[in-house]
Amino acid sequence: MADDIILETRALTKEFKGFVAVKDVALKVRRGSIHALIGPNGAGKTTCFNLLTHFLVPTRGQIFYRGREITGASPSTIARMGLVRSFQISAVFPHLTVLENVRIALQRKRGHSFDFWRTERVLDELNDAARQLIDAVGLAEFEGTVAVELPYGRKRALEIATTLALDPEMMLLDEPTAGMTHGDVERITALVKRVSANRTVLMVEHNLSVVSTLSDRITVLQRGEILAEGDYATVSRDSRVVEAYLGAGHG
Amino acid sequence: MAAAVLPAQRRAEIGPQRLAFAVMLAFFVLGPLAMYPVFLMKVMCFALFACAFNLLIGFVGLLSFGHAMFLGTAGYVCAYTAKVWGLTPELAILAGTAAAGVLGIVTGLLAIRRQGIYFAMITLALAQMIYFFYLQTPFTGGEDGIQAVPRGKLFGLIDLSNVWAMYATVLAIFLGGFLLIYRTIHSPFGQVLKAIRENEARATSLGYDVDRYKLAAYVLSATLSGLAGATNALVFQLAALNNVHWGMSGEVVLMTLVGGLGTIYGPVVGALVVLAMENYLATLGFWVTIAQGAIFVVCVLAFRRGIIGELARLIRKPL
Repeated sequence: MADDIILETRALTKEFKGFVAVKDVALKVRRGSIHALIGPNGAGKTTCFNLLTHFLVPTRGQIFYRGREITGASPSTIARMGLVRSFQISAVFPHLTVLENVRIALQRKRGHSFDFWRTERVLDELNDAARQLIDAVGLAEFEGTVAVELPYGRKRALEIATTLALDPEMMLLDEPTAGMTHGDVERITALVKRVSANRTVLMVEHNLSVVSTLSDRITVLQRGEILAEGDYATVSRDSRVVEAYLGAGHG
Repeated sequence: MAAAVLPAQRRAEIGPQRLAFAVMLAFFVLGPLAMYPVFLMKVMCFALFACAFNLLIGFVGLLSFGHAMFLGTAGYVCAYTAKVWGLTPELAILAGTAAAGVLGIVTGLLAIRRQGIYFAMITLALAQMIYFFYLQTPFTGGEDGIQAVPRGKLFGLIDLSNVWAMYATVLAIFLGGFLLIYRTIHSPFGQVLKAIRENEARATSLGYDVDRYKLAAYVLSATLSGLAGATNALVFQLAALNNVHWGMSGEVVLMTLVGGLGTIYGPVVGALVVLAMENYLATLGFWVTIAQGAIFVVCVLAFRRGIIGELARLIRKPL
């Protein structure tokens, strides 16, 4: 196995009561690349994501991260190994402030926080690092705002800042630009580009212009199986891919 | 400039909180001038119980429907060790509190594996098992309970049969427990708990073992509920079956909701309101239950945040 493959799945399969959501997926993600997972609705992209981070247990198949099998590991263990995900439905801590949201992730560096007798002021030393991350995603003026009050696009930005706070070796982004306004899409695209330096990014994305701008490599899923793989030029010329998208009613 | 934002925000929050603490302290220090000290001691015990319960539901989002088992267990162990073994009051309270903590570890390991209504049902089922155990086992005295528990001498020096010595002791225990809960909520641990309450899947994806945090919070809540139960047994010199009954588990939910779920001072106010109703409306007989039910309905419909919760919203500061 070549060293430059950071994440690999072998014959990954997930069945829900007879319905095969993901079937025999063999995915290889190169270290340092931005890899996109695309496909029509219901192609199994999000299921695939949940399998990779173990929010779902695969029916069959294996997952390797940095050459080690992680098929049976718990979601929190995988996160601590540096493989961190974001969620399709924006996953912030709604009633905490922007600063507190990011600090929760930075707090992981302290190890376990079972110290209930200590004041939270010990966390103030993380504030500078948190502010840098908040600044990097353009939320500097919102640091005292409660997350639930942020507009949608800003929540996604906050989520990315929180994920970045873990300094993950590999980020899984589930539809980072879903439901965003045009301006937000551009900002998030630029942000993903910027943070992908020295990291590997695997993302599910519907917006094909985002995919074409960002991705080094694209895997197309259809009905749970890999339909095509390659860079944007290759994949977009593939007649089966065009058919899958047109057939599913996409342009 | 940015560095000043947080401390300023914190100062603004601390102001009303200090005031609230001063009001609460003054109430319990000066209260005996106007009210029966035994009633106020009961209020403090149940306020601590409700605060401990609120730590779990208000700050982790776990609704336990079996918290009476901790209150009752600690009461029995405290009463038994004080009466039969002749332990001094501080050791009897310690023994009762520790027993509740151990029970918390055992039941917590089972209960925290489930969420929402299932968690509530498991805690209720476990509490019912504990209830029937205490009903049958000889050491609790069954329906009679453990009566005529000696209050003894604190540290072998201070005679707690003096009502003011007892009052000061209960006040000290209540304040200690209250401040510990306050600190827990505002600790690094408390931050993780709030994150779990807000979004458990996200907390997991950030690498937190949420089950371990939940268990730690559950055991802490159980232990502090035990402290309240043990103290209560000494105040009334009695450990009774009604303190392990599921009705008591319901009552602490009521206290917390009336006062304000997830607030700091709400459970204290809730305990005072609910117990005052029981006490001062006692002449109404079974109407107390109906009045309680009516107030509960009004609270849920009109002041969903509870008394303190609504007040906090009014002044836009956490209380």
